Amino acid sequence: MAHAPRPDGRPEPDHRPDPRVLMSTSDIARAVTRIGFEILERNKGASGLVLLGVPRRGVTLAHRLAAQIATVEAEVPVGSLDITMYRDDLRLRPARALEPTEIPPDGIDGATVVLVDDVLYSGRTAKSALTALDDIGRPSSVQLAVLVDRGHRDLPIRPDYVGKNVPTSRDEQVRVQLVETDGVDQVVIARGGQ
Amino acid sequence: MQHLLSAADLSGDEARSILDTTDEMARLTDRAIKKLPTLRGRTVVNLFFEDSTRTRTSFELAAKRLSADVINFSAKGSSLSKGESLKDTALTLEAMGADAIVVRHAASGAAHRLANAGWVSARVVNAGDGTHEHPTQALLDAYTMRRHLGDLAGRQVVIVGDVLHSRVARSNVHLLDRLGAKVTLVGPPTLMPVGVQTWPCQVSYDLDAELAKADAITMLRVQAERMSASYFPSTREYARRYGLDAHRMAKLADHAIVLHPGPMVRGMEITAEVADSDRSVIVEQVGNGVLVRMAVLYLLLGGAAPTQEER
Repeated sequence: MAHAPRPDGRPEPDHRPDPRVLMSTSDIARAVTRIGFEILERNKGASGLVLLGVPRRGVTLAHRLAAQIATVEAEVPVGSLDITMYRDDLRLRPARALEPTEIPPDGIDGATVVLVDDVLYSGRTAKSALTALDDIGRPSSVQLAVLVDRGHRDLPIRPDYVGKNVPTSRDEQVRVQLVETDGVDQVVIARGGQ
Repeated sequence: MQHLLSAADLSGDEARSILDTTDEMARLTDRAIKKLPTLRGRTVVNLFFEDSTRTRTSFELAAKRLSADVINFSAKGSSLSKGESLKDTALTLEAMGADAIVVRHAASGAAHRLANAGWVSARVVNAGDGTHEHPTQALLDAYTMRRHLGDLAGRQVVIVGDVLHSRVARSNVHLLDRLGAKVTLVGPPTLMPVGVQTWPCQVSYDLDAELAKADAITMLRVQAERMSASYFPSTREYARRYGLDAHRMAKLADHAIVLHPGPMVRGMEITAEVADSDRSVIVEQVGNGVLVRMAVLYLLLGGAAPTQEER
């Protein structure tokens, strides 16, 4: 009886269990392609660009963006920027392992740095990344690219490039999974604690 | 990790995590602005009951690179020279709100006592206790070897000299064993500690026989200040049998490196020719010491403060 069609013929409401898939493999590929074009459009080309990913998945995305930009215009330097030492919540958890920081050999002075991360949430990671950049050099400008913007900002931070805007509640978890780290390309959302 | 008291306490995974963190510290400080804001507002006390330039400066620099506040207490010119006990000094530091205490003491076990007696809530780092252990020296030696040799599993490390008085040798043996290296101690029988056969290493009295297989060779200083009797006939005979000179260096494999924890006594355990050769990584060890101590301070102090149960 529970699975009988409703009298009005509409499908049953979605009772599928968490986690739900927000973005599929092809959604992610399309978003990366679009963001690559948007970066080129906004900056009028690839000259002076440096992509810096925030470990771990931001680095993977930065490399994919660079590959996309290379097919359209030119190679751009890619690096990684670990923000662990700059976090404001270090004292709330046990000491974390550090991830690699690799700045391209030509540095970031005078460049347009595009910070790349997987999920934008409170904005604290982006703020820590800006602080970390201060110690590395002086870019002419900094832009922020994220695959998913899930809202709930704690700080006045705004992304320049967004793969997908996802309204969420605070007790949900958005997880970006990428082939290089997780074996599959998808974005899932789950109720808290999962 | 709550305290760093001895290399023997570390598991292989803990040791590797410290060395991996050190790798990242090397990258983070290889630039114009070397300071990181991570330990802002934390206080690190260097409590040195024994003379030390290298280790104290290294810890001080490491703490400052992480933006911690550093206070130096040394035996000379402080209440320590007026007969104050370790306990009263510890209670004073606790009242002042020290977050970490880096301690060097002539008595083996002093760091353990300080950490576990309930006098202080600070994290304790052993910077040398008597003839027992000096774990950060072992970590920086292992880090330096890893930079040159890659993974240490199966590597042959020869440690030569005054093992009896050396806390560096003991810490090195335990740490290198955890990391999978094979250690051989070489020295005169009079300078081998009682019970050395229970350590996870080989013992030899013939340096020349061990040279060919070594991937790394660590020369220890003969600690004349700790010797109450004569352990060998003359310095000349010691240098002849256990000193590293150019002739012996020629017998080492091409990739082998020469280490020394410092301070060196040139002409005794090592000749100037060897110390200044391109095999020698002795100066590099000093630089790596700062990075290793940054990693240790970060791992001890970078996270949440210890909870009541942990204390």
